[in-house]
Amino acid sequence: MKKLLPYMKKYIFFAIASPILMILEVIADIVIPYLMSRIVDVGIANRDIDYIVKVGLIMAGSALLGMLFGILSSHCGAKAGYGFAAEIRLATYQKVQKFSFANLDNFSVSSLITRLTNDCNTIGQVTMMSLRMAVRAPFLMLFAVYMAFTINASLARIFAVAIPITAIAIFIILSKARPLFKKLQTRVDRVNAIIQENLVGIRVVKSFNRQEHEEVRFEERNKDLKDTALSAVSKIILLMPIANLIIYSVTISVLWFGGRQVVVGTMGGGELISFITYNIQILMSLMMISFFFMQLLRGSASVGRVLEVMRTKSEIHEEKNPINEVRDGSVRFDNVYFRYPGSPEYALKNINFEIKPGETLGIIGSTGSSKSTLVQLLPRLYDVTEGAVLVGGEDVRNYNLEVLRDQVAFVLQKNILFSGTLRENMQWGNENATDEQIIDALKQAQAWEFVSKLEDGLEHRVEQGGNNFSGGQKQRLSIARSLLKSPKIIILDDSTSAVDMTTDAKIQQVFKEELKEITTIIIAQRISSIQKADRIIVMNEGKIESLGDHETLMENSPIYREIYVSQQKGVVGE
Amino acid sequence: MSKQTRLMQPRDPKKTLGRLFGYFKYNKALFYTGITFIILTSIAEIAVSGLLSPIIDILVGDFEKTIFVKYLILMAFLVILISMGRYLGNLLMAKLAQGTIFRIRKDMFSHMQKLPISYFDVHAHGDLMSTFTNDVDMLNQALEQSVSQIITSALTMVGTFTVMLLISPILTLAVIVLLAVMLFSAKYVGKRSTKNFRRQQAALADMNGYIEEMMSGQKVVKVFNYEDRAINKFTDKNTELRKAGTQAATYGVMIMPIMGNLSYVLYALISILGAIMVLRNRLSVGNIAAFLQYTRTISRPITTVSNQLNTLFAALAGAERIFNILDEQVEVDGGDVSLVKEEEELYWKVPEKNGAFNLVPLKGDITFENVDFGYLPGQKVLKNINLYAKPGQKIAFVGSTGAGKTTITNLINRFYEITNGTIYYDGIDIKRINKFDLRSTMSIVLQDVHLFEGTIADNIRYGRLDANDEEVKEAAKLANAHYFIKNLPQGYQTMLSVDGENLSQGERQLLSIARAAIANPTILILDEATSSVDTRTEKLIAEGMDKLMEGRTTFVIAHRLSTVRDSNAIMVLEQGEIIERGDHDDLMEQQGRYYALNTGSIELE
Repeated sequence: MKKLLPYMKKYIFFAIASPILMILEVIADIVIPYLMSRIVDVGIANRDIDYIVKVGLIMAGSALLGMLFGILSSHCGAKAGYGFAAEIRLATYQKVQKFSFANLDNFSVSSLITRLTNDCNTIGQVTMMSLRMAVRAPFLMLFAVYMAFTINASLARIFAVAIPITAIAIFIILSKARPLFKKLQTRVDRVNAIIQENLVGIRVVKSFNRQEHEEVRFEERNKDLKDTALSAVSKIILLMPIANLIIYSVTISVLWFGGRQVVVGTMGGGELISFITYNIQILMSLMMISFFFMQLLRGSASVGRVLEVMRTKSEIHEEKNPINEVRDGSVRFDNVYFRYPGSPEYALKNINFEIKPGETLGIIGSTGSSKSTLVQLLPRLYDVTEGAVLVGGEDVRNYNLEVLRDQVAFVLQKNILFSGTLRENMQWGNENATDEQIIDALKQAQAWEFVSKLEDGLEHRVEQGGNNFSGGQKQRLSIARSLLKSPKIIILDDSTSAVDMTTDAKIQQVFKEELKEITTIIIAQRISSIQKADRIIVMNEGKIESLGDHETLMENSPIYREIYVSQQKGVVGE
Repeated sequence: MSKQTRLMQPRDPKKTLGRLFGYFKYNKALFYTGITFIILTSIAEIAVSGLLSPIIDILVGDFEKTIFVKYLILMAFLVILISMGRYLGNLLMAKLAQGTIFRIRKDMFSHMQKLPISYFDVHAHGDLMSTFTNDVDMLNQALEQSVSQIITSALTMVGTFTVMLLISPILTLAVIVLLAVMLFSAKYVGKRSTKNFRRQQAALADMNGYIEEMMSGQKVVKVFNYEDRAINKFTDKNTELRKAGTQAATYGVMIMPIMGNLSYVLYALISILGAIMVLRNRLSVGNIAAFLQYTRTISRPITTVSNQLNTLFAALAGAERIFNILDEQVEVDGGDVSLVKEEEELYWKVPEKNGAFNLVPLKGDITFENVDFGYLPGQKVLKNINLYAKPGQKIAFVGSTGAGKTTITNLINRFYEITNGTIYYDGIDIKRINKFDLRSTMSIVLQDVHLFEGTIADNIRYGRLDANDEEVKEAAKLANAHYFIKNLPQGYQTMLSVDGENLSQGERQLLSIARAAIANPTILILDEATSSVDTRTEKLIAEGMDKLMEGRTTFVIAHRLSTVRDSNAIMVLEQGEIIERGDHDDLMEQQGRYYALNTGSIELE
């Protein structure tokens, strides 16, 4: 929690005001029973109506004042709690934006969403409660005990017995219930897992006629959940009856011991009545504290999850005096070794090659041969473990990251478009791109042909993920988006796999002729996509198996030849 | 997470409530005893407060020890009754709630199993999941707490009022006036709170959607240096959420100080009026004590009920969604033809009109006759499909995504019901065959392999539950899966996590082939995977599939040329129609669509 405190800075006024106002409310509330005892013991005893009305009005005024403080405290508490949560949420989101690819691999999308929404909300709620309840309950108890002692110290000793007993009872019940609630959560997860599994796999279930089998499996888990829930709940529901028992026992004791004093005349009847009211206030605030602790547990889990994100260190560090310009599109790999963080094995071993500005490099190899890994080192999506990657004659680690990524465009294997218009999507590449520039890029990527057929052209809505376009269309749009960056190097990571061969060939032609200053690196499954590259790398198990142009490789590389022959047979479909 | 804000108000609370009560019939005894305890406890509580009046009067007036002690003993007795009653009442209600929820969950799950596939096409998994989890959970809470609290509150209100009226009608009038103010404030604040709560939910949903989209594309964000722009958009949404949240929370918690302090105002009023009345000998001090106690007990129910009503309504809205699922039409069956085994051979038992039976041997002969199909009424995804497959033949479907290949295969096992035409299986209209038997003669191997939590052996055995270990191994060998399974540390006993995430894509496919093989189906439906797996595994999968297809009638959505080539017939589909048909050589000769696909000049997908 301490780590998060700085995020309260903007709302510190409210964070301080809320508990102060709450204390004022408690004070206003606590004097009321005392004033009432004055009415009974002084007002009635002296038959002084003026006194009764005067004290009564003070009571009412005090209550109204308490209400005002209470409302203000609520508002300040809400402002502080939700403001705090918003600041943390923003900071967490900013942190995630700074994540490297390696960091992103460590967190699933859904877990990040939960942290940003549910967890931050919980932190806000618990903060608000802490500012109010955590203050109200102990102060109410303290003041009430104080009042009780002032009125009648000997009688107040009952509380010295009652308070510890209540506290111990609450403690025992909660410590018994807590592990059960933890267990309950795993049971809930198990039931949810089987439902999820059946929703996703309903076709398999149905085609194998396994409905009954699944129902039996579900029944077992469902029953387990019911039993665990019941055993957990039956502990918690002990709280209220025990509290009742103690409160009423204290009331009876007060009547018994206090009653004697009233009869003897050392205590007023009104004082006795006010004692009973204080009794309820004291013991109820103990209950409130226990309730608050349960909430705090919930909150601390959320804080932990948010802190996990905040504490993650980005694997990519920037140089203090970075280079702000990429000289040209040349690329060199110098004895590069790479292994993914946490993995014991090298994904890339001893990689050495060089490409001149404007050249085209093709990379081919089977799945798992680390083709993508190789090119991800260029825009520093990951950093090398040993050796160096040079762009424009400089180690990539010396560049300003933004400049580097602007100049090294990467068309990812997983092409994602975002909801919004086509124009907005294209402007990812260049915020200020004009329609003309966008259309040019679309033409180069062979996407204008279908975009121009859309009624609303660049205004066309793209659905989340770009799902209203076919795979081949999405790939071409992604290429156009990257071209708008006007990069010096472009990496196409299997980016034309769903594009038909004729169009694919046209795209290659554009890169060879119109965009010949751009260094192009193409990863492909199809030999036809890279056949015409200046140089081709054949990857095998993280190493360069051979390097050369198509003709050389046909002669020297058995792997290349094997791929070529198998593809000559042709494949129907993708 | 459901993206649209879920309705928080039930449409027809009475009907839903009635149906919920219907569920209590399984636990009638629990329900009635629970309610009895709750009622008894509430009465005892009112009585305890009422006892204060005579006790105080004895103390300040003429003290009589025996009566005083008698009262205190009576009070102690009531207190024990209250504690026990409250515990038992709550325990029984918890049992009732858990029992009811258990049954609802069970009903939902088994109903889900019976829903037609089309239901799952239309309804997002997220929404169904949310009903299964959030709605059920909310209902659970409401049953566990709200019901007993609302009953208690109502009883306390009524009981306290009655006693108050008995003690002093004039003071009761003061109580009524202040209670009206309280009710009014509760309603006012409650309304604001609900309004702002909705605004907060909407802001949250908006934020959720945004984060979900950006997070799924986070790598693209990085590649495009889009971070700052993403943060700016996020900040706007974050601010809106903060404002809405603050408002909602302010009104949400404000109710407590308002109610609490209004009850103190009432406390003050009673003190003044009561004291004056004591002076006029219209009331005793003990009466004031009891009344003051009552001002606390009577204002609490208002806060409780106004809090619980929201929970209750949200729960009822959730219950409505639950019942909506339970009311969904289940898959129609209505088949009177079943599968029977005689002398180790399987036959279709076809009832004749005169009551006799006709035994038709199971062979695996499929014929489509003028079949039309649409997912929605009026829509035609498949038009006038005619085709046949003789036992043991292989039919390949080729065509772009959305041409209707998968749809055709989904009609054979009656995942969907055709609109027009007839599909014959061994000469019998498949609508006459009961679904269980129909599906038991077929196996599907889908592109997206779905595995279940359990061991590898369990997952293979999913194809035939009574298969022994030897048979499981045989199936794995046939599917070329044995080798990789053998090399796992726990072999066939290796536990798969949810959906087999700990296996590679290729291994999962091999398992699904083994699962289909062990079922020993007459008809096989294959959707060849297109995802790129490494060449070695791809070869293994191809071999496995080839062995699986041997001797069975096979419908295959083909992506491999070798599969297509070996087929007895190839159907080229476009926009729901068969535009070319024949074997490989015929179609190549035609130089039509198939030829173009084959030479790679047309884009698939």
